[in-house]
Amino acid sequence: MERRAETIAVFLGIVASGCFYVPIDPQSPRKRMQLLLEKLAPAACVCSTDLLPLAQSLSQTGQLLDCGNLMNEQIDWPGLNGVRTRQIDTDLIYLVFTSGSTGTPKAVAGCHRAVIDYMEGLCQVLEFHRDTVFGNQTPLYVDACLKEIIAALKYGACTYLIPKPLFLQPVKLMEFLNSQKINTICWVASALSLVSALGTLEKVQPEYLRTVAFASEVFPIRQLRRWQAAAPKARFFNLYGPTETTGICCWYEVDREFALEQTLPIGRPLPNTDVFLLDENNRIPEPGAPGEICIRGTRLTMGYYGDWESTQRAFVQNPLNPHYPELIYRTGDVGRYNTRGELEFVCRKDNQIKHMGHRIELGEIETAATAQEEIQAACCIYESNRQWIFLYYTGDLTSGALMSRLRERLPRYLLPQRLCRLDAMPLTDNGKIDRKELKQRSEQHG
Amino acid sequence: MDKLLEILRSLNLDIDVETETGLIDKGILDSFDVVTLVAEIDRVFGVAVPPEELTAENFNSAQGLEALIRRLPSN
Repeated sequence: MERRAETIAVFLGIVASGCFYVPIDPQSPRKRMQLLLEKLAPAACVCSTDLLPLAQSLSQTGQLLDCGNLMNEQIDWPGLNGVRTRQIDTDLIYLVFTSGSTGTPKAVAGCHRAVIDYMEGLCQVLEFHRDTVFGNQTPLYVDACLKEIIAALKYGACTYLIPKPLFLQPVKLMEFLNSQKINTICWVASALSLVSALGTLEKVQPEYLRTVAFASEVFPIRQLRRWQAAAPKARFFNLYGPTETTGICCWYEVDREFALEQTLPIGRPLPNTDVFLLDENNRIPEPGAPGEICIRGTRLTMGYYGDWESTQRAFVQNPLNPHYPELIYRTGDVGRYNTRGELEFVCRKDNQIKHMGHRIELGEIETAATAQEEIQAACCIYESNRQWIFLYYTGDLTSGALMSRLRERLPRYLLPQRLCRLDAMPLTDNGKIDRKELKQRSEQHG
Repeated sequence: MDKLLEILRSLNLDIDVETETGLIDKGILDSFDVVTLVAEIDRVFGVAVPPEELTAENFNSAQGLEALIRRLPSN
């Protein structure tokens, strides 16, 4: 399904019938779609009429349903009532795929109870109401869109699914916000930055904005200041939270000035969520010392669908509670508290990065590269100044040929900006790929 | 035009950059590409693209971009 209102109706229809939905981006590469279908073996696949030929060309789709026809079907009330008397709030509502380092995307399993709990807290903090007019930016195949969809349903508010091409035409985008009187936006920071960095806000000011929230990556202070100047009455929120805990779990409302080189804190947890740090010994670190960000609460998702090993690694017994079963989610993010008691994001423990709002395991790109017969070794480096992903590799394949193979397997946002073929991989003394050396090369690379 | 095509090719789009006419409307470019394009046009041609010129008409095709670069004053 494409990103349009009909898709949300399909989500609701699936949930109302006691099933859960798995949104698949029709623009993702065929091989990836096929991989996801094989992993899930769904009972049925709903698609819009124009995407029917694409769906028919894939296998393992289960029963193919044309969304256009579904809207005119008679409702089978007795059947539906039968299903729904057995539904409980820990049943699944959706699966959302995130990048996985093994090369297979992981499917995070959200449940009703977690979504309800999350939305109660989020709506309270961001003060969504009936008169909130949302301008949605995030795709419908990620959990980030729950903010606008569920909140609009909860309050009878309005959400505009802003057409994607508008995000590349910043003046028109601002005019759209004004013409629809959009007052609330929750966008990835790169979408906000595109508007402000190109000088748009000096030409057109957003007139109705009262809530500007950003998530998924660091929002540069310079860009924040431009937005603040253009929308002086708006409140600005930095949000943080992994897909595994249903969405945003920490929030910070910008309440003071920051220097250009500072980063915004991620603040404190939403209501009914507990966020704490654990050191390597599973103890609470000293105040101000770094630790892994861990999350506790009803909002935990049920884990990774069909992937017990990954689930048991990340969703673990709370090491601070020896008395009864209690799961926490270990984010793999490192945080620390500042002197004001606000949580700050420090870095990742592993090779995961945030690129243009997408969560990316560099390992997934490396796995896709080394899966090619001709490739001997591959290593991905993220060069954060230019925000480029570099892929260094050795093997008998030109960079152009490797790129076209990667394109068959990886969605666009996972494709590296530069492929560099090396005669030999630089290695450390103990024989591992020397990432530091490659990182230096990426910084010098023109 | 060659330099422009080179810039477009470096974005690793799976299309023929010479003939494509729906770079924006078909969702081929993402925001990262647009920022890169604007920066590269500035670097290579010395032309700063103002925000109101970031439109589908100008960015849908190599021809549209070429016309835009010719029309705008260089620094």
